[in-house]
Amino acid sequence: MPDYSNLFVSEFWNWYIIVITVLSIAACFALIIWLGKSPPAKQDEHGNTETMGHTWDGDLQEYNNPLPKWWLNMFYITLYFAIVYLALYPGLGNFQGLLKQDQYVQYNIEMNNAESTYGPMFEEHKNTPVEELVKNQKAVKMGERLFMTYCTVCHGSDAKGSTGFPNLRDNDWLYGSDPKTIEEVISKGKNSAGMVAWKDTLGGDDGVKAVAEYVLSLSNRKDVNAELAAQGKEKFAICSGCHGVDGKGMAALGAPNLTDEIWLYGGKRETVIESIAKGRAGVMPAHGEFLGDAKVHLLAAYVFSLSQTPAK
Amino acid sequence: MAEATYNYKVVRQFAIMTIVWGIVGMAVGVYVAAELAWPWLNFDLPWITFGRLRPLHTNAVIFAFGGSALFATSYYVVQRTCHTRLFSDGLAAFTFWGWQVVIVLAAITLPLGITESREYAELEWPVDVLITFVWVAYAVVFFGTIVKRKTPHIYVANWFYGAFILTIAMLHIFNNLAIPVSLTKSYSVYAGAQDAMVQWWYGHNAVGFFLTAGFLGMMYYFVPKQAGRPVYSYRLSIVHFWALIFTYIWAGPHHLHYTALPDWAQSLGMVMSLILLAPSWGGMINGIMTLSGAWEKLRTDPIMRFLIVSLSFYGMSTFEGPMMAIKSVNALSHYTDWTVGHVHSGALGWVGLVTMGSMYYLIPRLFNRELYSLALVEWHFWIATVGIIFYITSMWVSGIMQGLMWRAVNEDGTLTYSFIESVQAMHPFYAMRFLGGLLFLTGMCIMAFNIFMTIKGAKTVEAAIPEPAHAH
Repeated sequence: MPDYSNLFVSEFWNWYIIVITVLSIAACFALIIWLGKSPPAKQDEHGNTETMGHTWDGDLQEYNNPLPKWWLNMFYITLYFAIVYLALYPGLGNFQGLLKQDQYVQYNIEMNNAESTYGPMFEEHKNTPVEELVKNQKAVKMGERLFMTYCTVCHGSDAKGSTGFPNLRDNDWLYGSDPKTIEEVISKGKNSAGMVAWKDTLGGDDGVKAVAEYVLSLSNRKDVNAELAAQGKEKFAICSGCHGVDGKGMAALGAPNLTDEIWLYGGKRETVIESIAKGRAGVMPAHGEFLGDAKVHLLAAYVFSLSQTPAK
Repeated sequence: MAEATYNYKVVRQFAIMTIVWGIVGMAVGVYVAAELAWPWLNFDLPWITFGRLRPLHTNAVIFAFGGSALFATSYYVVQRTCHTRLFSDGLAAFTFWGWQVVIVLAAITLPLGITESREYAELEWPVDVLITFVWVAYAVVFFGTIVKRKTPHIYVANWFYGAFILTIAMLHIFNNLAIPVSLTKSYSVYAGAQDAMVQWWYGHNAVGFFLTAGFLGMMYYFVPKQAGRPVYSYRLSIVHFWALIFTYIWAGPHHLHYTALPDWAQSLGMVMSLILLAPSWGGMINGIMTLSGAWEKLRTDPIMRFLIVSLSFYGMSTFEGPMMAIKSVNALSHYTDWTVGHVHSGALGWVGLVTMGSMYYLIPRLFNRELYSLALVEWHFWIATVGIIFYITSMWVSGIMQGLMWRAVNEDGTLTYSFIESVQAMHPFYAMRFLGGLLFLTGMCIMAFNIFMTIKGAKTVEAAIPEPAHAH
């Protein structure tokens, strides 16, 4: 909440705002008080309304009818409203308003109300292990709703992900499939910085192409150039540190399995070449701090439940 | 004998370009509306994606269509109500060609993605500099003509045109203060919430002075002229003029409710927006009541209908605006299509219709011809009006639905709808909005045909300047 004793760099600006605002509203009052008391428009001897007596462009003239009463009253009402509102709410410089209700106060009231109403519903499930929780339809539904709000932008509303964002329904897990790991990934996030650009290390474009060919051969693709793949196999030793000698990946490092025809960034030859040459850096942001442990726990239950029921 | 006639040439040029840019700007609008409903229409070409065409649409309709209409009518009105030729033919010609160059540069740079990213002020700094020169020339021509007027009093339409010209100069310069880093890129001198505040101080007053004060000037000439009746109340015009230009300049912060903008600025923006209701309605009352005693013209004269219905839409959107500026209403309406609908009830209903009515009056007089077909004006009126209704009702429904879907929560406090569900729900209304826009564009094309047939083969007119009538 802002400190209302001192919102401005100097007292001058505080008074600058107060004085200009008050004078402006007073000027509006003066204008309609001054011109509002108007006599009815004059009539000539034939009973016709007289004009102001000026003529432009042949026939342009003006009557001088009084201001409509209802309109004048509407003007007054808005001015009175302004005075009342500026007395109750912040507006006049450092003055906080009699209600002491700025947007920070309002926000905190709403958040506290929400916390006291909804908080216990989430806390209730916090200590039930995920394996148990997935049997509770209501809890999984709560997790799904959280997922729809916080996760779908990257992982999709069907949780099937998209290029660069893992599919959560396919039983293939970068960091492991046990509920504890899932919960930890959601809470603390993951930063897969390991796949750096390998082009120079592998000896330029030719080396990259060879390794890519070998990687494609791991999933038994038919269009693989065996000779090139054999060359790549030698260089794959560099990759095996993370992806394993057999290319089946390593969950502890988040290194994907390269043999299962599941491709996070796409399995086309040129995409695999790009991944090796330029590297990839996927980021799963940490959600624990702003969602709290109870909600993360329910999210983990929902995500875990997805791999128990294969996608249609 | 240059002094004995009015300068109609520059008026004719701007009037014709009003029609041309109207069709271009509205066509781009219809296309981006279609892109929202059917996104594949951007064909994966960056130059025609929504993000690049949308500023082209807004700039084209506000500054090319609306701007040309304001130049044309202000030059016409200021000469005829001052009984004198424009202050400088050369500077007037410069404003015409300069403004057209600005528009063409906008049409090139915006699709290329060259932008300052300031709403309604996207054009980069070299174009901004050109706008400044054109605008200064415009002010010199306009106020120079006022100074050499032959009438003792300044007609009310000129107060509004004058306020519009002065305020837009100030807004344009201060909003666009930036440090260039190359020919096509600059950075604003303001930062953070201050930058946002300056942007919306400009943005809201582009509406208040460009699209309101300027067009009220238009209204104050063409409504009494077409009605053949004196303006309803001189007194009312004084009160609402001063109250309007005084209050509008405060209203910008209502675009930044519940943001990092300090509470005091939000509150002032809100109360001043509410105070703005009466001054806005003053203009509507003065226009509509000018017709009192000649109401039958609404049945017989389609041009009069354009003008009066435009005032009704003006009244409607200037009621809606202050309501949406109330913080608790804004909490629902902000960031939804409701805002888009609100803007278009003003833009199509007020600015569009008053311009069309004025042009139907003006253009035949510039060529000394009768309008080719009043029946086509009638058709234009109904097609445009139905189009506006389609547009704003679909956006009301879609916007309020959007706002309600975003805030709906389940019994556990989680959001009932994901964002994509609100997008899906909007689809039918996007299609309907596209249809409304298409109808409005169709009306504009009918107008272009009607005007073309009216002036085809016509000789241009040199109108002699009559002596001003003497006050009695």
